[in-house]
Amino acid sequence: MTMTKAELADLLFEKVGLNKREAKDMVEAFFDEVRKALEIGDSVKLSGFGNFQLRDKPQRPGRNPKTGEEIPITARRVVTFHASHKLKSSVEETAHDQLQPAG
Amino acid sequence: MTKSELIARLAERFPQLVAKDADLSVKMILDAMSEALAKGDRIEIRGFGSFSLNYRPPRLGRNPKTGAKVEVPAKYVPHFKAGKELRERVDLAANSVAE
Repeated sequence: MTMTKAELADLLFEKVGLNKREAKDMVEAFFDEVRKALEIGDSVKLSGFGNFQLRDKPQRPGRNPKTGEEIPITARRVVTFHASHKLKSSVEETAHDQLQPAG
Repeated sequence: MTKSELIARLAERFPQLVAKDADLSVKMILDAMSEALAKGDRIEIRGFGSFSLNYRPPRLGRNPKTGAKVEVPAKYVPHFKAGKELRERVDLAANSVAE
């Protein structure tokens, strides 16, 4: 099973009592606000869930795996996510006896 | 940005709703995502990214105090991969500031 924005919107419709339109817009707005904060270089701390942080990575040497040609990988800013202790332990507790090693 | 700041921004975007609705919505979304991952489900948010679980095989660790070997069991850890749009927008914004 994969959870998407549609399931989250259904939940807001059922549990919060927003109408369908508002529920869909609220889910969109939620991820839009997180994205906007990250875009301006602000980290996002959602207690009980985790933190989204930004890392500035310097340029490093790379290689085209097909041709073997050397091409530099340019400096870039990337988003990293650190799950909270709460999320880590709930994933550990419930998932590890149910799932098969996934490679 | 903290959770309460996120709630405040959403409340501002939805003036037709009562403030409590933004608060409840944020909590519901985060709880539902946590529960999905705890069940072993993936989460895919188009334009934002995906959350999944990564497997960590069992390993031998050490108690740092006593030096005794301890078996650390296999486990799953949450993992986030930024989607194309988020990745590009964050990097582009950083580059335009630098220039």
